[in-house]
Amino acid sequence: MELNKLLKAMAVALPLLALGACSSTSESETDASGSLGSNTGSSSGVVSGGVETGSASQILTPEEQQQLKEQELRKEHIIYFDFDRSEVQPQFLEIIQAHGNYLVENPNVRVLIEGHADERGTPEYNIALGERRAKAVAKYLQSMGVLPSQMSIVSYGEEKPLDLSRTNDGFAKNRRAVLVY
Amino acid sequence: MKILGKFLALMLIVFSLPSKAALDIVITEGVDTARPIAVMPFVWEGAGPVPEQIANVVMSDLSRSGTFKPVDVISLPQQGISMVSQFDPAAWANFDAEALVMGSIKPYGTNQYLVKFELVDLIKSQMQVAQGKIDKADLSLDARETVISASQFRQYGHRISDIVFEKLTGIRGAFLTRIAYVVVDHNKSNPYQLMISDYDGYNEQMLLSSPEPLMSPSWSPNGRELAYVSFENRQAEIFVQDIYTQARKKVTSFPGINGAPVFSPDGKKLAVTLSKDGQPEIYVVDIATGAIKRVTNHYAIDTEPSWFPDGRALLFTSERGGRPQIYKVDLASGKITRLTFEGEWNLGGNITPDGRSMVFVNRTNGKFNIARMDLQTGFMQVLTSTRLDESPSTAPNGTMVIYGTTHNGRQVLAAVSMDGRFKARLPAGQGEVKSPSWSPFL
Repeated sequence: MELNKLLKAMAVALPLLALGACSSTSESETDASGSLGSNTGSSSGVVSGGVETGSASQILTPEEQQQLKEQELRKEHIIYFDFDRSEVQPQFLEIIQAHGNYLVENPNVRVLIEGHADERGTPEYNIALGERRAKAVAKYLQSMGVLPSQMSIVSYGEEKPLDLSRTNDGFAKNRRAVLVY
Repeated sequence: MKILGKFLALMLIVFSLPSKAALDIVITEGVDTARPIAVMPFVWEGAGPVPEQIANVVMSDLSRSGTFKPVDVISLPQQGISMVSQFDPAAWANFDAEALVMGSIKPYGTNQYLVKFELVDLIKSQMQVAQGKIDKADLSLDARETVISASQFRQYGHRISDIVFEKLTGIRGAFLTRIAYVVVDHNKSNPYQLMISDYDGYNEQMLLSSPEPLMSPSWSPNGRELAYVSFENRQAEIFVQDIYTQARKKVTSFPGINGAPVFSPDGKKLAVTLSKDGQPEIYVVDIATGAIKRVTNHYAIDTEPSWFPDGRALLFTSERGGRPQIYKVDLASGKITRLTFEGEWNLGGNITPDGRSMVFVNRTNGKFNIARMDLQTGFMQVLTSTRLDESPSTAPNGTMVIYGTTHNGRQVLAAVSMDGRFKARLPAGQGEVKSPSWSPFL
């Protein structure tokens, strides 16, 4: 138990050191509030005359917290697929779970799941394939308890590629489902 | 796409001066086997310079057909003639061309012109010379005159090309036709644009621009309306738009896919893909009433419907066999038959106007190309060798296919003759050009 506590303390301390943040009075619950602390936070300023000012960490309204959480989620909002496949690969389940938990906790939040395909094949076939990819993600979210009313789906097929290089790497970037809040 | 016009003018130069071919245009052996034809500049019978040289339009059309190769004007044995009475058979006795197109343009009241043209049979003329029996009246294959307005020069040029093509090949010309296509230019505030132009890229007009994707334009049988898919309301919806009045009608807006609209041969219905009931399925929608009838029912993807010319059956792409292949469904009986077996994938099919073959996208060894299959024998021929080919659309006379492809990392339009021997790429202006659809005869 003692060791466990120590490890936990280190786990909190190390990122704080890395961020160079001075102090954090409240328990830093989420990465989101932590990063806010480093931006606006409690750094002290030396002013002429020898006095120093200090500031308190900002208290976030629930709306602000939600916004921050969403911002953080949006950093990983793309799930990539294999060629002509629409099964979610295991390495993307964690991302989907993060979104899923968030959506379950916030039943008033809605998400749009876009399905996309690479440029191989015909535009019409790729619309169908894109929809199947979006649905695969929606199905997983629904299995986590996300309400169908929270989700909508649109397939753009090959009409909105992220990468226009038409190389294998480019194709891989375009075969995707995107979660848009 | 304005450059397309320039491209045609330049292509003409390329044809007449092959050694100067520095343009990035794919032209195959179809040009070498094309039939030589003489097109003489039309004689201008007015003051000042000729308003527009109709012969250039005719030469360009005939070159682009892949069937004919207009010979260099400078090499013609006679110059400045416009009717068969001025024609000197002896001068043309050894000339290597099968026919001569000539004519005249004369002012005819305000902003109007009298255009005459005549088509001379050079083969027959050469036979007459060889036999020593000249009968010039027997040499004229066609002769017509028409009054046109100043804006109709190109249009009438295409009309002449149609007549010449039909007289010499027995096949109706498709030069007086249009194409619809989508341009995507991310430098524009509305990047997605639905365009139409003459078949040769002239007279380009924008019918719709949108911040969200536009897809799958397809012509009504009377050439007056286009059906297409628009994402303007953040979901796919099918619209029909009158190209003259701009009137738009939303035909379907179901949850999920509303895609791949194609007019029935009678123009009253659309075959479409809807996924409102789960998987993408083929439906037929009555345009006037909005009533829908489900055609397919399978858990795999069914999409890309296309009508048989008799309106009794549809082609469609289905994954029901594990990979996309093309199937036929009889609308009365619901009977489904698989049509394609060669290659890894076959999709995006349409039936040629004569009902005898099918043009589609074939994937072999991971490469996507346009192919044609004879419906009776099942013989398949890959027509193209370009990259990422898609969206084939057949000319109403069945001689040529226009399709979308990728060149130098950009989507462009290209054309290939039905025998695969003539190929041309149409350089685009700004942005990506895709989803071409060839109009019916206008």
